[in-house]
Amino acid sequence: METSLSAGAADIGTAEERAAVDEILSPPPSPWVGGERSPRALHVARRDGTTLPPRSLLLPALRALESRVGVVSPGAVNYLAVRMDLPPAEIYGVAAFYALLDVGEAAPPVKVHVCDDVACQLSGAGGLIAALRERYADEGEASLDGVQWHRSPCLGQCDRGPAVLVQRAGAHAADIEVVAATREDVVRAIAAPGPSPTPPAVVPQVGDPSLVVLRHVGRVDPTDLDSYRTAGGYESLRRALQLGPEGVVDWVADAGLAGRGGAAFPTGWKWRAVANQADRTHYVVANADESEPGTFKDRVIMEEDPFAVVEALTVAGYAVGAEQGYIYIRAEYPLAAARLRHAIAAARQRGFLGDDVMGRGLRFDIDVRQGAGAYICGEETALFNSLEGRRGEPRNKPPFPTTHGLFGKPTAVNNIETLMNVLAILEFGPARFRAVGTPDAAGTRLFCLSGAVARPGLYEAPFGTRLGALIDMAGGLMPGRTLQGVLLGGAAGSFVGPTALDTPLAPADLKAIGATLGSGVVVVFDDTANLTGTVLRIARFFRDESCGQCVPCRVGTVRQEELVARLAAGRPHGTVADELRLFRDLAQVMRDASICGLGQTAANAVDSALRLGWLGG
Amino acid sequence: MAAVRPMTRTDGAFPERSVRATIDGRAVTVPEGTTILAACRAEGTEVPTLCFLENLAPVNVCRACVVEVEGSRALVPACSRPLEADMVVSTRSERVDHSRRMVLELLASSVDMSLAGPDLERWLEEYGADPARHGPLAPTGADRQARAGRHGSVAGEARATLDQPVTIDNELYVRDYSRCILCYKCVEACGDQAQHTFAIAVAGRGFDAHIATEFDVALPDSACVYCGNCVAVCPTGALMFKSEYDLRQADDWDASRQTVTDTICPYCGVGCTLELHVQDNRIVKVTSPMDHEVTHGHLCVKGRFGFDFVHVPPPGAEDTRR
Repeated sequence: METSLSAGAADIGTAEERAAVDEILSPPPSPWVGGERSPRALHVARRDGTTLPPRSLLLPALRALESRVGVVSPGAVNYLAVRMDLPPAEIYGVAAFYALLDVGEAAPPVKVHVCDDVACQLSGAGGLIAALRERYADEGEASLDGVQWHRSPCLGQCDRGPAVLVQRAGAHAADIEVVAATREDVVRAIAAPGPSPTPPAVVPQVGDPSLVVLRHVGRVDPTDLDSYRTAGGYESLRRALQLGPEGVVDWVADAGLAGRGGAAFPTGWKWRAVANQADRTHYVVANADESEPGTFKDRVIMEEDPFAVVEALTVAGYAVGAEQGYIYIRAEYPLAAARLRHAIAAARQRGFLGDDVMGRGLRFDIDVRQGAGAYICGEETALFNSLEGRRGEPRNKPPFPTTHGLFGKPTAVNNIETLMNVLAILEFGPARFRAVGTPDAAGTRLFCLSGAVARPGLYEAPFGTRLGALIDMAGGLMPGRTLQGVLLGGAAGSFVGPTALDTPLAPADLKAIGATLGSGVVVVFDDTANLTGTVLRIARFFRDESCGQCVPCRVGTVRQEELVARLAAGRPHGTVADELRLFRDLAQVMRDASICGLGQTAANAVDSALRLGWLGG
Repeated sequence: MAAVRPMTRTDGAFPERSVRATIDGRAVTVPEGTTILAACRAEGTEVPTLCFLENLAPVNVCRACVVEVEGSRALVPACSRPLEADMVVSTRSERVDHSRRMVLELLASSVDMSLAGPDLERWLEEYGADPARHGPLAPTGADRQARAGRHGSVAGEARATLDQPVTIDNELYVRDYSRCILCYKCVEACGDQAQHTFAIAVAGRGFDAHIATEFDVALPDSACVYCGNCVAVCPTGALMFKSEYDLRQADDWDASRQTVTDTICPYCGVGCTLELHVQDNRIVKVTSPMDHEVTHGHLCVKGRFGFDFVHVPPPGAEDTRR
C-alpha cells in the first residue's frame, strides 16, 4: 500500500503534535517516516531498515494528541499516517469512533464530562448540569475561558455522584475525577495545577473477616509492594508455580468459578481451551473496561488492590501459556490506571514480572492500555479491535477468542473481579471456595449499591444472598421512604419491583424472574425517583453506544429511543397496544439478530420497565 | 443432495472432507468450509443478502441473511458461518422471518431504498416490512458531524433518517448517502479486497456512523483514484456514476433502451473485459462481470471512465463533447 496524505491538509502537524506522537512511537528514525528532512538524509532512498510501529500503538498515540493539544487535527493525522504507514481515512475512522477524542481543526482545551446516567440522576446530576450551564455555556459550546461541558454516560462513581471527569489538555494535561461534585468542585479541578487527589473508594465492609475478593482492601497500601507482600501477596503465584499450569486450570475449574463480567462463562473451561491451543503465541487480557451503567467494582479493586490484579493476571498468563498480558482499562479511570502502572513497574523491578518471574525462568509482562470512551469496547472482540488500533467494532463469533483472539491468537479474556477470585481459589483451595455461595454459583459476588440507600458503596456477599438483605446491608432505604424498584445488572440488565426483595441473588433464581446479576449492579429507586427519566436515559445510552455495525442495533436502538420518548410523553402513535407490539418486534430483532451482546441486551431494561407498567400505563 | 464444488481436485491436494447437515429438513452434503449461504444457494433456497457480494469477504453486518441453527441462542449469519457437521438449519422459521422483516423495515425506515433493485422490493413485500409504523419522516436527516456517543434530544414524534443532500464533488461519480445502508462494500473494495487505495473508511459511531474520507474532505482532496470500484459494488445507488445520475436527474435514464456490449479494454495489456452499457448510441456506464477471472468486476479509472473518445463525432460533424 502507498500512503497518500490528505491534500485537505498540506502539513504534517505542528511541532507539539509531532512530539505527542513521538512520545508514543519514539522519534522517527529517518526522513522517510516523518523525520527531519536534510538534503543529506534524503539522499538515501530507503527506509534504513526501519520497522514500522505496531498498529496497536494507534490508540495510545491518538490519546497522546488529545491530551497534549486537545484535538486530533488533519495535520496530526497526516503525521500518524507517515509514521505508521496507515491511510489517513482509516486513522480518522478510528479517532471518530471514540467519545473522548475530539477530531477537527481545533477544540477547547478543557472538556468536562458530567455523568447524568442512572445513578447520578438520583444524586443531583440535573442540578449540577444547570449550574455548569450557568457558569460556562450551553452543552457542547465552548465558554470564553475555553471550557466545554457534555453530559456523559456512567463514569463508574455511582456511589458518590454526581460524578465528573475533567479532561484538561496542554502543558498541565490531566484527567481529573471529581466525585460528589458541586459547581465549585468542578471550577477548582479545572484550575488546579496538577491532578487533584481522588477520595478513597467507599467499601463499608472493610475489615470484615468474611471478605474474599475485597480482603486486602483497607489493609494494604495500594502504592507499596512490600505492604502487599506482608498481607500475603504473591503467595498465590507461588502456589500456582507449585501446581503447574494444568494444576492451576484444574483448581479453577474445580472451584466452579464463573466469569463476573456479566456472561458468567466458566473460567476453567476458557483457560483450558486457550492452554490447549497448538498455536503457541497466547495472550491474556484483563478486561477492565467496566462501563456498564451502575458498575464500579473493578475500579475499586484496581485503585485499592492493584498488586493483586497484577499477580492474578500473571497467574492467568502462567496457566494458559502466555508471555504477554494486557489490561484494557476505560479512559474514565485515570487513578486506577496510574495505580496499575505503578504496580506493574514495582513488580517488574522486583522480579515479579519480566524475563525471569520469581526466579523461575518464566517470561511474563503486562501493558496497560486505556480506552477513549466507548462502552462497546468492553465486549471482548471489540476490545481486541480497539487494542489492535482499529474501530471498536465486535467481531462475529465463532471463531471465539480462545482460538482467534487478540492479534488473531488464542486469548483468555477475564474480568478483573474474576481474576481476583482466582487468587482466592489458590489461597484457600477449590473446596473452601466452593463452600460459599449456592450449588450453581460458587463463591461471593461484588455488588455495586447506589441510589436510594443509606450507605451506597461496594459490597461483597455470597451468591444466594437475598436482594432485601443486601439492601439492608447498605443501611436500607432512607427513613420514611418506600421502594419503587431496583435496576439489577445495569443498563443491559432489568428492573425488578418490590416483590423481588425475597429473591436470592443467584443465576437460577434470577432467571426465574427474568433478571440477571450482570456486573453486580443494584441501583435502588425509592418513591421520589423519576423512573420515566431513568428508562429514557437507558434508551439514549444504547443509541449513543451502539457501534453502528449491524442494522438491528444501529437502527433498532434509535427506534427504541423514539418509542420510549413517545410513551414517556403520553403521545403514542396509534394506541399504546400498537406501541407495545412495535416494541416487542424491535426487542426481538435486536435480541435475535444483533452481532454482539450490546444489541442483544439493548431492549432488556425497557422491556422490564414496560412489564412493570412504568411507561405508557 | 447437491455438491457445491466438484470433488475432483487437480492440484494434488487431499480431497476435501465433506460435511453432512440438515437445511429446512433436507439432508445436504457440502465440502468442509462451505458457508450456509453457499449451501442454501446450491440447494436453490433463496436467502436474502444486502452486504454480501461474491467477490468480497463477508462482513455479516446487514443481518438480512440470518438463519436459525438448532442449539444457537441467537440467529446466525448465513453469509459467513460455515456449515458444520450435523447442523440443523432453518431458513424460514418464525424467528428468521421476523428478523428479516425487521431488518428490512428498519433499513427502509431510515434510508431511501428506491434504487436498491427488484429483489429488495420483492423482499420488502414478501416479509411484510412496514416502515411507516415507525412514524412520519423527520424533517432533517442525521447529523454527519455528530460526535461519537452524543446526540440531540429525541421527541419521537418523527423517525430519524439519513436524509441529506447528494455530494457532487467530481465529474465521475456522485455520493448520495441518504441511500447508504452501511454495507461496508465500498470500503472493502477501496481497501484490501480490491483497490488498495484506502480513500474511505467508516467514521463516527452508531446511527451517525458513515462512510467518509479523512475529515470528510472532498474526493479530489483525498486518496481516491476514481477506479469506480466502490460504485460497482454499491447495492442501493448511494454511489452512482455521474453519467447515470445526470440522465436520472433529466428523467432520461431508461434501462429498457439500453444494450450491454462486451469488449476488451483498449488501454493496457491486462485486457480486462468491459461491459459497455449503451443508451441512445452513447456509453452511459461501464462495468465488468463479477465472475471474470481477471477483474472480478473491478476496473481502473481508464477502463471505467476513459470512453469519451468513442463519442468523437465523424469528420465534419460538430464536436459536442465537453
